[in-house]
This record gives sequence, structure tokens and C-alpha cells, in this order.
Amino acid sequence: MSLANTDNVSKSTGKQVSWQIKKAVTGNIVPIVFTLLCLVGAVIAEASPIFLLSSVIIRLARNLLLVFSLIIPVVTGLGLNFGIVLGAMAAQIALVAVTHWDIGGLGGFALAALLSVPLSIVFGWLTGKVLNKAKGNEMITSMMLGFFANGLYQLLFLFVLGGIIPMVNETIMLPSGIGVKNTVSLKGIKYALDDVLKIGYETLTIPVFTFIVIALFAFVIKFLLQTKLGQELRCVGQDMNIAATSGIDVDRMRIIAVILSTVLAAWGQLIHLQNIGILQTYGSHEQVGLFAVASILIGGASVTKATIGQAVLGTFLFHLLFIISPMAGQNLVGEPQVGEYFRAFVAYGVIGVSLGLHAWQKQQAKKHMLEE
Amino acid sequence: MSQVKKFIDNFGYTRIIIILFLIILFIAALALELQTKSLITGILNRAGMNMLLTLAMVPSVQSGTGLNFGLSIGILCGVLGAVLSIAMDLTGVQAFFVANVIGILLAIVAGYVYGLLLNRVKSQEMLIGTYAGFSVVSGMCMFWILAPFKSPKMIWPYGGRGLRVTVSLEDTFDKVLNNFLLGQYNGIEVPWGLYAYVLLLCLAVWLFSRSKTGIAMQTAGSNPRFAEASGINVDSMRIIGTILSTVLGAMGILVYAQSYGFLQLYTAPLYMAFPAVAAILIGGASVQKASITHVIIGTFLFQALLVVALPVSNAVLPEGNLSEVVRIIISNGIIVYALTRIGGGE
Repeated sequence: MSLANTDNVSKSTGKQVSWQIKKAVTGNIVPIVFTLLCLVGAVIAEASPIFLLSSVIIRLARNLLLVFSLIIPVVTGLGLNFGIVLGAMAAQIALVAVTHWDIGGLGGFALAALLSVPLSIVFGWLTGKVLNKAKGNEMITSMMLGFFANGLYQLLFLFVLGGIIPMVNETIMLPSGIGVKNTVSLKGIKYALDDVLKIGYETLTIPVFTFIVIALFAFVIKFLLQTKLGQELRCVGQDMNIAATSGIDVDRMRIIAVILSTVLAAWGQLIHLQNIGILQTYGSHEQVGLFAVASILIGGASVTKATIGQAVLGTFLFHLLFIISPMAGQNLVGEPQVGEYFRAFVAYGVIGVSLGLHAWQKQQAKKHMLEE
Repeated sequence: MSQVKKFIDNFGYTRIIIILFLIILFIAALALELQTKSLITGILNRAGMNMLLTLAMVPSVQSGTGLNFGLSIGILCGVLGAVLSIAMDLTGVQAFFVANVIGILLAIVAGYVYGLLLNRVKSQEMLIGTYAGFSVVSGMCMFWILAPFKSPKMIWPYGGRGLRVTVSLEDTFDKVLNNFLLGQYNGIEVPWGLYAYVLLLCLAVWLFSRSKTGIAMQTAGSNPRFAEASGINVDSMRIIGTILSTVLGAMGILVYAQSYGFLQLYTAPLYMAFPAVAAILIGGASVQKASITHVIIGTFLFQALLVVALPVSNAVLPEGNLSEVVRIIISNGIIVYALTRIGGGE
């Protein structure tokens, strides 16, 4: 695509402005297409704007931090970290512990946030170790690692808890006393963060405090990338060999990036679940990686470039589409399920297409270099 | 001592761990006095039913596109072939044959397109293949619900739009291969017909790898620069490998379905590539190297593990599904291990 653009420059120097518009469009083609898709969908779905807005605001509060957690590994050159699923698992282990001890409210939430840190540091460190052994294939390895960790997670929650580690609690354990129930009510910490400060207007609720926390994290990530550590991370992301020759411990930087990502994902999952209020013990974490990655890509990010702005835009568009498509499916063919399949198709498709385009461009650039 | 270490290195740690685990399971099964005959019947049946899907990995690895994580594309071609043959109201061997013909034709087209895609994303084939497969499966979900099929065998009996989630093959080609030349030996059933069919296809793939095109394809896979220099068109060899893999996927799911007795639509094919990938890796293959021996050993080991683990774990721990958890850990663990070995092996 970039090659076509350079050709255009030489041919149409007189049409500078129109070329600039063209560049702006091709550069942001993904968000533009999805904005159009959302608009068309909204018209077909005949949804009320207030309803859409209130649903999207809730979903933004739930998901933004999870999407933010992808940014640091992208900058460090690891690509999109599907392994944030492990962070979500750390959060859920912490939540089950807090629920078991029956500590509710903001205190319980804070304790869960604290507990999830050592867990996610260990998980992130292990993920980083594995990904360092799979350079060049980080994304698929992190995805498979998520599936693998899911098996260990099930082993822990179905057999170890109550089976090996004694745990007696009728409300969260299965009747046999071994293993955790499919759904655990998080009554204690439901809305713990949202309720600190929220504004309600008719059907519209804005969890202001949660957004403040999320914004704070956005600034922290931005700030972190400006520091010396951030520069080193970016240097590793640009070229591992150059980074290594200039004295940066590449493997260590990559592990740090994954640990940061995993910790952020754990907190993101905590914010997500305190709003939902119910833990699907064996399901809540499964789609976390997929949805977060699809969101950030829809915002226009790529394997090598991702910003806070793209994360926010992408999360907004992805979840808008998520709400609209079953309604549009209902109105279009009388079958809401079609819409549900459509959004799964979109989530997988957008990941496939944008990763594919990226790999293609890289291959083209390499070919170009060889020819020169 | 060093010889022992060398042997272990050659044989692969993962294979040794799996075999040890399997031996423990067998001892446990004997100690628990489980029905060994039905276990052996189960292993033989499951291995035969899954072998073609594992075999589909061979051409894709040999042609250099890595493990075919987008196998679900081929699987969907086979499923579509079966659906069309049911819609034509065919039965028995005829239905199976027609399903195969349609499936293969579709798979050639789909494999060609998929191969073109993979040629544009060299070195990232497995990742892109995974998501290509995922999106085609969810795209087909919309097709299954909207397709105007009328056959009462496939649509919901009362209300509900679209095809059923699982379509029974009872009146069509259920067990056509399994019941053909079924041998009974003191309660152990050996589906000779199924094995004849599957092993014949294994032989065909082996013969192909010895043919001129097959050797060119393997050269393109193992050393693309050398292949290019000696006048082999690497890209078209990779497309041939992808087409073959996709075709085997289509034929594989039909064998699987006739043995299982049901055709699974909608999201069922989503994760079907992973067990096939895990099986060939357990057999000793890697991302760069795979052979028919790996397929046969791997499928038997993996399926034996699954078949024996289920009753053993149920006897030890009646609550919960321990064997399912063990399956998730082993099959995904071995894939992660193989992915970390791509660079390290050289």
C-alpha cells in the first residue's frame, strides 16, 4: 500500500491536497470502514441514540483498560499480546479469594487488585520467558499459551481448590466440596469502583470515577513510554539487533513489557468484573484476548504501532458494533443470531485481515530491499 | 550415558513424557479393572477416525507453510459436501462418495485461494491461517442459518430457522467405512474398512512425496532459496501443498463424521485444527518436518491417551471432567512447545 502512495506522489504533485485527503483515508481505512458499518447498522437496527450511547459508555468503562494493556508489548515489538488472558486469570483468582474471605466494597476491590499483582507478575514473567523462545512467532505463541493456561486454570479451579487446597464455602464451591461453581456472584464488590462517583441522567449512567481511573492509567502508560525505560522498550521494538549492540538487555526488556501488560490486563479484568457483578468462572476470561485485540485493531492500530487514541476509538467502534449487530440481524432477516455470528465474523476477520496486511507489507518491503 | 542422552534427544522429550504418561494410564486402567477390550476398540476406532485430519498436516509442513492451523477451511468444504449430498437425498456409499467429490472440488478452490493468501504472508502463515480459519467458520455460521435447505433431515422439526447444530447421518452415510469389513475378535472390533481407506490415503501421500512434484515441493519447503535457484517455482509448490492439505481436511472430516454418526455445523469446526496439530507433534513432527510415520504414531498415541484417560479419570474422580482438562493441557502445551522450538532447533 505504501508503495502505491509513493507512486502517487510523483504523479500528482499538482494535486497535493487531494492526495493528502487520500492519504488520510487510506491511513485510517479500518476505522472509517467500521464507522460506516456502525452507521448503516444503527439505521437498520432503528436503535435509539440514547440507548446506544448508554450501552457503549458502560462497555467503554468495562473494557478500556484491557485494551490499553496491549499497547506496551506492541511498542516493544512483541506484537499483539493474546496472553493478556493470563492477566485476566490472575484477576479472577484474586476475585475468588476475596469473595471466599467475604471482603466486600472498595476495600475488597483494592485487596483483589493488590493480590492480582504478584500473580500477574509471575504469569507475565513466565509468558515473557516463553515468548523470548519464540521470537518471530510471538502472537500465535501467546494465543496458544492462553489456551494452555486455560487448561491449568481449569485444573486449579475444578480439582485443586477443595481437592488439594482445603476450601470450605457453600456459596462458591460445588455441592461436592471440590471445585468452584460455574458462576460466582460478586455481590460484595459489584460496582465497588463505579459507585465511588457516578452521574445518572434518566437511563444514562456514567461511572465517572472508573473513567478517571482509566484516564489515569492512560497517562501512566504515556508517561512510562517517555521515560528511559520506555525509550529502551521502544528501541527493542524498532530493531532488536541495534538495541542489543547499544547495550540494552533485549530479553529482559521484552519480559518487562509482558509483565506490565499482564498486570494492566489483570486490573482491567477487575474493572470489567466489578461492573458485571458475576464471575463466569470458566468463561469470563476466554474471549478477553480476542475482543481486546479486535478492538485495538479496529481503532487503526497495527502490529507495530498502537496508541491510547486508537485504543479508545477502537473500543468504542467495536462495542457499538457489538450492540448493534444482533438488533440489525433481527430487523434485517428476523434472526438476531445472524447478527451474533456476524460480530464473531467481524472480530476474527478484522484480526485476520489486519495481521495479514501487515505481514504482506513486511514481505513486500523485504523483497524491495533485496532487489535494491 | 551420552548415547542415552543422544537417543532421548533424537526421540524427543515430549514423546517420552507422553508415552510414560500413557503407560501409567494403562497400568491404572488395569488396576481399576476397566474393560480393556472396549478401550482397545475405542482406541482403534478413534485413531482411524482422526488420522486423515492429522495427515492433512503433512503436505502443508512439507511445502513450507508450517502446521495448517486453518484446517477448518478444508473441514468446512467437506461439511458442505455432506450437507449438499444430504440435500440431494442420497444414502449409503453413494452419499459418502458424492459428499467426497463435492468436498474435494470445493477444497481445491478454497485451498488455492488460501494458498494465495499464505504466499503473501510468509513466515506468519500459522497465525494468519488460524484467523482465516476462525473467520471462515463464523462466516459459514451465517450461511448455515440462512441457507434455503429443505431436507427434513437437516432443518429443525418445529420452527427455528436454518440447519440443525448437529445433523444425524443415520439415514445417509453413518458408518459406511466403519461397518465395511468390520472384524470381531473376542469382543475387540477392528474396522478394517476404515483402516484400508485411511492407510490407502496415507500411502498416496507418501507416494506423492516420492514423486517429482513431491520432491520439488519438499525442496521448496525446506530450502526455498535453493529451490528457487534450481528453477522450482516456490510459490506454486506452496499452493500445491496447501491445496492437498485442504483436500485432506475435507476428506478427513467426512471420515470423522461417518464414524461419529453426526455432522457438526456452526461453531464446531472452530477448534478442530488444534487436535490434529497436537497429534502430529506428539508423533514427533515439528513445524519444519513431518512424515507419515509421525501421523500414524501421533494419532495412535494422542487418541489412546484421550480414550484411556476418560474412564480412568472418571473412576478416580467421578466429579468434574478431569480428562477434558488433561486434554486441553496436553494438546495446547505441546503446540506451545513446538512453537518455541522453531528458532531454537537450528
